[in-house]
Amino acid sequence: MATELNKDPLDREYGTGAAGQYLTFMLAGEEYGVEILKVQEIKGWDRATPIPNAPEYVLGVLNLRGAVVPIIDLRCRFGIEQVPYGPTTVVIVVKMQSEEQERTVGVVVDGVADVYRLEDSDIQPPPEMGDSAHTEFVGGLATVEDKMVILLEVDRLIDFKDMQPVSAQASAA
Amino acid sequence: MSIDIDIDEITEVFIEESLEGLDIMEHGLLNLDIGAADPETMNAIFRAAHSIKGGGATFGFTEISEFAHDLETLLDEMRQGERPVTREGVDLTLQSVDCLRAMIRALATGEDLSGEAATLRAALAAMLADGNNVGVASAEAPAATSAEPTEAPIIGWTISFTPKPELFVRGNDPSAIFAELQRISSTEVTCAGFDEVDFESLDPTRCTLRWDIVLYDGVEREQIDEVFSWAIDDCELIVEPVLGEVPTPVAPVSSTEPAAVAPTPAADKPAATSAPKAKAKGSGGESSSIRVNIDKVDNLINLVGELVITQSMLSRFNGDFDFTQLPALREGLAQLSRNTRELQDSVMAIRMLPISFAFARFPRLVRDTGNALGKMVDLQVVGEGTELDKTVLEKIGDPLVHLVRNSLDHGLETPEERVAAGKPETGVLELRAYHEGGNIVIEVSDDGAGINSDKVFEKAIERGVISAEEQLSEERIINLIFMPGFSTADQVSDLSGRGVGMDVVRRNIADLGGHVSVKSERGVGSTFTIRLPLTLAILDGQLVRVGQESYIVPLVSIVETIQSGNENISQVAGESELFRLRDEYLPVLRLHELFGIEADSTEIDDGLLVVAEANGQRVGIFVDDLQEQQQVVIKSLESNFRQTAGISGATILGDGTVALIVDVPGLIQLFFDRVAEQRRHEAVA
Repeated sequence: MATELNKDPLDREYGTGAAGQYLTFMLAGEEYGVEILKVQEIKGWDRATPIPNAPEYVLGVLNLRGAVVPIIDLRCRFGIEQVPYGPTTVVIVVKMQSEEQERTVGVVVDGVADVYRLEDSDIQPPPEMGDSAHTEFVGGLATVEDKMVILLEVDRLIDFKDMQPVSAQASAA
Repeated sequence: MSIDIDIDEITEVFIEESLEGLDIMEHGLLNLDIGAADPETMNAIFRAAHSIKGGGATFGFTEISEFAHDLETLLDEMRQGERPVTREGVDLTLQSVDCLRAMIRALATGEDLSGEAATLRAALAAMLADGNNVGVASAEAPAATSAEPTEAPIIGWTISFTPKPELFVRGNDPSAIFAELQRISSTEVTCAGFDEVDFESLDPTRCTLRWDIVLYDGVEREQIDEVFSWAIDDCELIVEPVLGEVPTPVAPVSSTEPAAVAPTPAADKPAATSAPKAKAKGSGGESSSIRVNIDKVDNLINLVGELVITQSMLSRFNGDFDFTQLPALREGLAQLSRNTRELQDSVMAIRMLPISFAFARFPRLVRDTGNALGKMVDLQVVGEGTELDKTVLEKIGDPLVHLVRNSLDHGLETPEERVAAGKPETGVLELRAYHEGGNIVIEVSDDGAGINSDKVFEKAIERGVISAEEQLSEERIINLIFMPGFSTADQVSDLSGRGVGMDVVRRNIADLGGHVSVKSERGVGSTFTIRLPLTLAILDGQLVRVGQESYIVPLVSIVETIQSGNENISQVAGESELFRLRDEYLPVLRLHELFGIEADSTEIDDGLLVVAEANGQRVGIFVDDLQEQQQVVIKSLESNFRQTAGISGATILGDGTVALIVDVPGLIQLFFDRVAEQRRHEAVA
C-alpha cells in the first residue's frame, strides 16, 4: 500500500504496457484498452466527410471545435465484419504520435466500457500469434476480474505511409 | 555595450528599423532632382543616416556607425548647401546605402563585408576631401578641416560635459557613457561641479552635475561623438584635442553642428574596434513582426465593444423566451452576423500592408536596369496604397521583379528603335495595383514592342510545347510564354533568361492562389495582369455538390459554369471524353469518378460542367449541382492527416460539417495520372 501511495500517477513511464489508467471499449465482443492519457475526449458518432482515395478504414474528417480531424473505423481497420452504427457507437478521440508529429484522430468503436488502473504485474506482453497482420496494434494483454483486455498501440492505428502517392492509388481505385 | 538586457531582441529592432531607414534614403535619393534638391527630402535622407549611425554606435556595431557617419557627413554638406548635389554624389550615396544594407543584413548572418565597406569609405572620404577644395560654400567649414593636415599629433582629448537637467528623463545615463569611454580608452572623469540647489528642492530626476573628462591613447574624434551621439541634444559638449605639446585654441562644437572633420579610413582603428557580434539567425529574409497602424487597432477595439453589446443583448433571450420576442432575436442575430463580418475584415486588415512595400524596390531597379540596357524608362506607379496580406506581399516580390525585368529587357525598345517607330524616346513602364472583388490585381504594363505572336508560335512548336497543327487564337498563343520550357529571349541576357522562365512566375503566383495572364498588341505594348487573393487564410469558393458531398472550388480557378448537352460530348478513342466549348475541346473530369463517390447521375445532361483553369490547362469538371458561393476559412488537412491528391485543404461550413477544398491543378494532375494508368492497363491486357 505504501508504495502505491508514494507513486505519482503522472510520474510513471509512458508507452503501452506500462502501468497506469486505461480506458476500455468494446469491439466485436472483445474489450480493448487505451492509455487514458492518450485520450482527448469521447464524442457521439456523426457523419464524417469522406476523403477521396483514402484507405477504406478512414471514414473521413470531422469538425472537432474548429480542427479538422480524421476518423477511422476500428472494425474495418481490424478486418472485423461491419455492423450498422447503433446508439452506443462512439468516437474516441486520441492523440497519436507518428512521424514526429502529434495528430488528433477519432476512432469509431462499438461502445465505451470502463476505466481500470493497471499495475505492471497485471500486464503481459502480447503473445506470438504467427503472421497475423493485426498483432502490430497489440501492445500487451491484461487480465482484469478474469476478463482479458487487449491493450492497443494507438500510435500504429493509422499507417500514414500506407497512403501512397497519386499514381499508386489510381491503380487501386 | 555594457547594458545587460535582451540585446538580441533590441538588435533585431535595430536591424529592422535601419533597413526601413535605408529604404527611405534610397527612395529619397531616387526622387532627388540633380542640381535642385528639395530640402525636405534631403533632410529625410540625412535623418535616416543619422539614426543608423546613432543606433549602430549604441549597439556596438562600430563599423556600421562609422560608415554611416561618413555618409552622414557627406549628406550634411549637401543638405546645408555646402556641396552641390551631383549625379556622382547620388550614385556614391546609393552604393553606400547598398553597402550599409548588406552590412546590416550581415549582422544576422555573420558575413564579413569590411573589404567592400573600406573601398566605399575611401571613395566617400575622397569625395569629402574633394568637396572641401571645390565645394561651393566651404567658407564656413575650413576652421576645423584646414587646420588638420598641419597640426601636431593628437595625443588625447579633453571633454567638458555639461548635461541639461532633463538628461535623465531622456533616458541617458552618464555612467554608461563613461563606461563606454573607458572601454575605448583610458579615461579620467572628474566631477567639475554642480548647480547649487537647496536640499529640499532637490529633484533626483534632474541632472545638476557637470563633468570634465580626459581621454588618452589615440582615440578618434568620431568615436567620442559616437559615444555622445544619444546625449548630444541634451548637453553642452566641448571637445578639445590635446596635441603633442602645442596647446591649440578651443574649437567648441555645439550639438546641432556635426563635426566637419574629414573622416579617416577604417584602417587605423585601435583595438577597440571589435567586430560586431556575428550571430547566425535562423530566420530567413521574411520578418515575423508587423507594424500596425493605430487606427486599425482602435477600430478593432471598437468592433469588439460592439460585439460585447450584441452579446449582452442576445443573452437576454437566454432565460425565458417567448415567441413575441422573435423579431428582437432576429434583429440581434443580424447584428451579430454584421459584427462578425466586420471583425473578420478588421482582423484581416491588420495583416494587410500597402503594396508600396513591394513596389519600393522598383524605382531603383528600373533606373539601374534601364541604364545597363541603354533604355530610357519612365516608371509610373499607380495605386501604391492598395493593401494586401503580408504573406502574399512578401512572396509576390520575386515574380514582380521578374515581370518588370522582362518588360525592360524584352518589352521596351531602345530610344533609337522607339524614335523609328514614331514613339517618344522614353518608354513608359507602369505598375498598377487595385482591388477588384475579393482580389487584388497587379498590372505590369509597358508601351514597348509587344509580344511577337508568330515568334512565340514558332518557338512553341520548336520546343515541343504544342504541335504544328494546332490552331490557336492570338491570345492563347501569347499565353504560351507561361508554359514550362519556354523562353522568348533571342539570346540569354544578363537580366532575364537565366533559366528562370515565365513558367516559374506563373507557378509562384499559382502557389499564392493567384493567376497571371498577358495581353499584348504588337507595336503598342504588353500588359501582364496578376490576380491574387487578398489573403491566404480565406478564400472565395463556389460550393458544388456531387451526390451527398459538397466540395469547394476556388473561385479564382473557375472560368464559367455551363449546362452542356450530351451532344457536345465526344468520346475520343473510347477513353477520354471531350466536350466542345465554343471553339475549344476540353477534357471532362468526372468528380465522382476521381473521388470515388456516388453521384446523382452520370449523364452529362443532368449535371453541370464547371470550366476551370489551372496552369493554362482548361477542363470541365462534372458535378451534380452548384450551391452557394461563400468565403471559407482554410484549414489544413495535413495537421491531423495527410496531403491528399486533388484536395488543398478543408473548411467548416455554417452547419458545422467539414467540406473539402478542391485543388484544381492537383485534380487535373490526378486526372491525367488516371488516364495514363488506364492506358497502361489496357496495354497489358
